[in-house]
Amino acid sequence: MVEGIIIQGLIKGGTYALLAVGFSLIFGVARMINLSHTCFYMLAAYGIYAFAKMLGMPLIAAAVLSLLATTIIGILTYRLFIDRVREHHVTVMLITLALAMVFQEWMIISFTSEPLGAPSFISGYWEIIGVKVSYQHLLTFGVALAVLICVWALLSKTRLGVAIRATAQDSEIANLMGINVRRILLVTMGMAAVLAAVAGIVVAPTLTLEPRMWTSPLVMIMAIVVLGGLGSVKGSFIGAFIIGFVEVLVVFLMPGGAFLKGAFALLVMVIILLVRPEGLFGIAFEEERL
Amino acid sequence: MLRRLLKDFQGDVLAIPGRLLALIFFVILFFIPLFLQGSSGSYYLRIFIFANMYVIFAVSWDLLSGYTGQLNFGHALFFGVAAYTTALLNLHLDWQPWLTIPLGALAGVIAGLVVCLPALRLRGPYLALVTLAFPLILLGIVFAFTDFTGGELGISGLDRISNSRTTDYYISVAVMIVSVMIMWKLTDARSSLVRTGIVFHAIREDEIAARASGINTIRYKLLAFAVAGFFAGIAGAFHAHFMRIAGPSNLELTLSFQVIIWTVFGGITSIYGPVVGVYILFPLMELLRVVPEVRNLIFAGIVVAMLLFMPEGIAVWVRDKIERECPRCKLSNMAFRKTCRACDTPLYERAVD
Repeated sequence: MVEGIIIQGLIKGGTYALLAVGFSLIFGVARMINLSHTCFYMLAAYGIYAFAKMLGMPLIAAAVLSLLATTIIGILTYRLFIDRVREHHVTVMLITLALAMVFQEWMIISFTSEPLGAPSFISGYWEIIGVKVSYQHLLTFGVALAVLICVWALLSKTRLGVAIRATAQDSEIANLMGINVRRILLVTMGMAAVLAAVAGIVVAPTLTLEPRMWTSPLVMIMAIVVLGGLGSVKGSFIGAFIIGFVEVLVVFLMPGGAFLKGAFALLVMVIILLVRPEGLFGIAFEEERL
Repeated sequence: MLRRLLKDFQGDVLAIPGRLLALIFFVILFFIPLFLQGSSGSYYLRIFIFANMYVIFAVSWDLLSGYTGQLNFGHALFFGVAAYTTALLNLHLDWQPWLTIPLGALAGVIAGLVVCLPALRLRGPYLALVTLAFPLILLGIVFAFTDFTGGELGISGLDRISNSRTTDYYISVAVMIVSVMIMWKLTDARSSLVRTGIVFHAIREDEIAARASGINTIRYKLLAFAVAGFFAGIAGAFHAHFMRIAGPSNLELTLSFQVIIWTVFGGITSIYGPVVGVYILFPLMELLRVVPEVRNLIFAGIVVAMLLFMPEGIAVWVRDKIERECPRCKLSNMAFRKTCRACDTPLYERAVD
């Protein structure tokens, strides 16, 4: 029981971390809440199903293609729709929501709303402290950690990372220092899309694919980024594991837990915003509070 | 007395094209049932009744988020709380609709005050996230305690409002017009009767400046949430009695976003904007039922195009075409006049020869 909770929590946390870091990155740099973020996760998962099962490609090729396609879609949506209205919070939230609906309908039209299953990368399982963990779950966790370490290295060790962090701190000053802010925003959006797509690809085999699969993780990552502090990458990483464990605990220990897990995560979010609005590691945006 | 009223009517309604259109619209609403007879007419009347309820709902969102600037992304909470309260009171205590609908609206007020507690400390995207969370939390509770709330199926078998659809329609029109008029008056910044309008504008534009000017902003924010909760609650309770069911769809995210889309489509921060938005988009969605596969896709496409190319909203766009504000005395004039009707100032700058 306890072992099961720990291992399930780590795996859940890993996936949420991938999604939440991208969401938090784009909020930190562009100050916009992208409600279509988890749609890229859905697109990548459906992409792997389409390439591997419908077209019969080898899995690795399907994964790479799906990742590329999702990233291109992510950058295009930013360039065509979001970029023009990014100064206005409400408009950004509305337009990304409308785009999420477009993606959902697109998936319903192309794949019907029947639940589908994607093929597994590797089969079999491994017994850790008496709990059977499938290799697919271990792969999910491993890939999540590897990708997040890459993101951390990129943000802290490269010139591009410095530029992204500078833009997040103050985009006007960054612009005066010769950073092309529009390009940085585009790159950040691309990175967020890549992170979401990686999450979608590794998780796809363990889930059933359906066109509404973007809503439940969206609610979860909103709670996570608020818990960790909006715009803080480290915060969303740690927050993802906390919320992941909370979710698993609620599902394991409470009757009707599957329905209440979202409610619990959101309750955590509301309490955090009331008690400590900057989150665990967030930067306090003085001008955005009273 | 009567002559003065007539004169006011001439000056304040007939001379302003937007208000003239609103008057014509209200008059048409009263004659609609005459043209819709038989079973298909009954179906169309049903659409109009829904539209009337959603108008109240959308206008209450506009009052809260458009005027007062408290961005609410979970407006369905008020609608759903009122619907469930009404349903429980009607089924278990067997109270009549004329009693349960106001009580449902009161439940909406209480929900509004509860949501207001975090709203006093937060703003912008943070407030949007918190308000988004409340209906979802409640939805989780609804699904977890199915024997009390009915879960997925909801609570059904409520009393009808009246026995005929036409009566239902006239009640809904009356409630809609009265509610919209009250909210219009409450948000009217130039009103000499109430000062809420100008205070709401001030809170939206700069809350700290409003507070520095000696306005108790907390009291006015509470008022805005309570009023929005009340009218959204009326809409929700009426909806529950008309549909004879209160279910989880009354709390869902879709409804919260629908109301924002209607309002932004019609024109945010203008009471007539949401009215126009609902009366265009809601029947359009019903018409699109003939192509069910692409219905939502078309809807989302319209929203995206609207936000990109006409961000001020369709009603405001039209108003700017047919009305012209006098640059000196700020009185609205018909767009084709050359000089202001009150002070004779030229409305348009003369082209330099």
